[in-house]
Amino acid sequence: MTPTALAMVEPLSQLTLGHFLLTSAALFVIGLVGFLTRRNMILMFLCTELMFQGAAIALIAFGRFHLDVSGQVFVIFVLTVAAAEAALALGLIVLLYRRKETLSAEAWSELKD
Amino acid sequence: MLELLAHSGSLPLPLALAPAGEAAFPLAAPIQTMAWAGWILWLPLISMVLCGLCAALRIKNKLPAWITVAFIGGGFFVTLALYLSYTEPVTIELFRWFHLEWGQGESARTFIANFSLYVDRLTLLWMLFVTGLSALIALYASEYMEGDLKGGYARFFAGVSVFVFAMSSLVMGDNLLMLYLGWEGVGFASYWLIGYYYHKPSAVEAAKKAFIVNRIGDLGLALGLYLTWHYFGTVEYVNAEGTGIFDQIQAGVNADGESGGWYIKAIPFLFMLGAFGKSAQIPLFVWLPDAMEGPTPVSALIHAATMVTAGVYLLARMFPLLEALHPLALPTVAWIGGLTALLSATIGMAQYDIKRIFAYSTVSQLGYMFMGIGLMTTFGGAYHVFTHAFFKAVLFLTAGAVMHGFAGQIDLRKVSGLRHMPGWRIVSYTMLYACLCLVGFPFISSGFYSKDTIMAQAFIAHGPGYTALGVIAVVTALLTAYYTFRVWFRVCAGPVRYEMGDEAHGEDAGHARPHAPRFAINFTLLVITAGAIASIWLFLNGWGEEMVAGSTAAPGIVHAAHGETHAGFWDNPHTWMPWVASITTLAGISIAWYFHLARRKAADDLKQAMLANPIARWLPMAMENKWYVDELYHAFIRFPLWVIGYAFYFVDRYLLDLVVIDGIGRFPRWLGRAFQPLQNGILQSYGAWMAGGIALIALIVQYTEELRALLTQLFGGQG
Repeated sequence: MTPTALAMVEPLSQLTLGHFLLTSAALFVIGLVGFLTRRNMILMFLCTELMFQGAAIALIAFGRFHLDVSGQVFVIFVLTVAAAEAALALGLIVLLYRRKETLSAEAWSELKD
Repeated sequence: MLELLAHSGSLPLPLALAPAGEAAFPLAAPIQTMAWAGWILWLPLISMVLCGLCAALRIKNKLPAWITVAFIGGGFFVTLALYLSYTEPVTIELFRWFHLEWGQGESARTFIANFSLYVDRLTLLWMLFVTGLSALIALYASEYMEGDLKGGYARFFAGVSVFVFAMSSLVMGDNLLMLYLGWEGVGFASYWLIGYYYHKPSAVEAAKKAFIVNRIGDLGLALGLYLTWHYFGTVEYVNAEGTGIFDQIQAGVNADGESGGWYIKAIPFLFMLGAFGKSAQIPLFVWLPDAMEGPTPVSALIHAATMVTAGVYLLARMFPLLEALHPLALPTVAWIGGLTALLSATIGMAQYDIKRIFAYSTVSQLGYMFMGIGLMTTFGGAYHVFTHAFFKAVLFLTAGAVMHGFAGQIDLRKVSGLRHMPGWRIVSYTMLYACLCLVGFPFISSGFYSKDTIMAQAFIAHGPGYTALGVIAVVTALLTAYYTFRVWFRVCAGPVRYEMGDEAHGEDAGHARPHAPRFAINFTLLVITAGAIASIWLFLNGWGEEMVAGSTAAPGIVHAAHGETHAGFWDNPHTWMPWVASITTLAGISIAWYFHLARRKAADDLKQAMLANPIARWLPMAMENKWYVDELYHAFIRFPLWVIGYAFYFVDRYLLDLVVIDGIGRFPRWLGRAFQPLQNGILQSYGAWMAGGIALIALIVQYTEELRALLTQLFGGQG
């Protein structure tokens, strides 16, 4: 890494691992709370995506902290899978909406019995 | 009178015997050429298979009976041929059976038991009457069982064939294992035939009782067999290497029972247990009277003439062993025999069922036989078996003829004056002769000679209380005379009067009239009675003596020395016993005559008087109720076993089944029901549970150390 690059990174080095983990945890908790409080399936799905990103930030932070790129590699895989999953999930939601004309998750509870 | 008594010194009793040497008895040598003797065993076996085929093919005529009579009769003639060609004791190997060897050097053991026949004179004595009587009684049964032609006729004769095979194996086997095979075989045949009327609950009960009581005795025999093998290293009587049981005893190797451990001394007593079970002695006699539930030919053949003598045979055969291994073995046999004789005679006095009276008399006579063995007169014991087989068979067969003719009537109060009825003369008079034999009527009856040999011996032999035992024997003879003639005077003599029984059978159904026996029954009765008469002659000419002396039972033969050294009348029991016995017998018959023929009402009056008397009333009640032996067994054995059985049942039913088995089955269901409310269909709640679970796991991971410390504190160390 060139000295210039190092200089550019310098201000960031004031940030510690703790900051990143705090951000990650905040994202995760926002996602969790959203998942638990919302009934709209699209919003719930977005909240799970938030939780995903929280976890991804934690992974990247740990990877940087330990100077190990496998954390970043892992996140790239997670994002790819999440994108594919998003396409699938939104498609499913569209199908479910067509069936019952509603986006509420409570409409789909027949399996409990 | 004095002259008469003095004359008695020359009674025609063959008691002048050569004194036998100590423990000297003839032993068998192997022979290669006489394998045909094996047909004595194979013929009944073939007969059984053929009878089974008849049953399978549903043959409803008398074919099974003729097959059985022919094959067992064939067996009798083979036995006769064996007897006629007999010169000295031999063992005949039919095929190799068990040959096991293991171990090396000092610890080498072998177990060898061939399917071989041990033929000496004792074997022949037994086999002659076993096969002969079996064939005759099968002939009798061909008529007696004809009411069952459409039912179990073939099954019955198959059972008889099995019995004859097993009995032949028991008597002729040359090792204890073959004896044991036959022993169990006759027990099985007995069970089979007692329970022949399997639709009658009482017959099924009796069959079970016989089998279970016999199991107790059989256990003794099995343990004795094992200990014999353990101690002698073999179960063969004799063998080519000279290491058989009798070889060793004759060599004196084991003459001193003191040198061995307790298990050597136990052998005679274990054999005794087996013998007492099979031959219905105290304490195992209770099964025999109940066994009368079987068809009468079975009672005659198995439970009077042949099978129940297996115990006597065992002890006579093993006599040298009993003598050598424990000094108290023979006195025990004698005392058990004497007490059984007395006890069952008293029971027999108060019964009303003819067959049961004869059953108790069988138990009583078997007691005499054991007394003879125990008192060291194997001749008396074994020859009483021989004479008893004939006259007791006749008694049962005549009782059976009455049952057959009177539709199952066997209550002696309900049939009277049989000898005056047309067609019943042969039955009445053969029964009379058999009764005379049973009571030991002087001179003209076979029982007189064989029983006197035993009773006199009680006053000759030296042993614990043998004189008292002799008195018991004489008293029993008096009781025997009374109860035997009670039957005859009631049933055959007196005014003609009868009530039919309630078991109308076969073509008789609907007939209210008795029908007299036909050819097969009458012929059989006459032939067996002739056999009973012939056994007097066989006694007097010394044949019986010779038969027992030429065997391993030889050491227990009455010694003649007493007759010679004690010249005075009262010094030699063999001179005065016939007179004492005759007087006792006549007294018994007279009492029976008075109470049961001359003044029949007197008997009832006497009984009523005794019942009314509070001091004496226990006696007739106890006698009629068989001294409450069955009730005692019920209270002290069956009831505790029943209680234990139910305790186990409750443990099984409520602890194992309900708590353990069902509990394991139900646990997952309870678990599922406990967590079912979680499946409420609300996505948010699933999410919350998942988040909570993850949080819990995270906490546990974070605080592992603290948690471990906490658990250690709580549960003390192992947390």
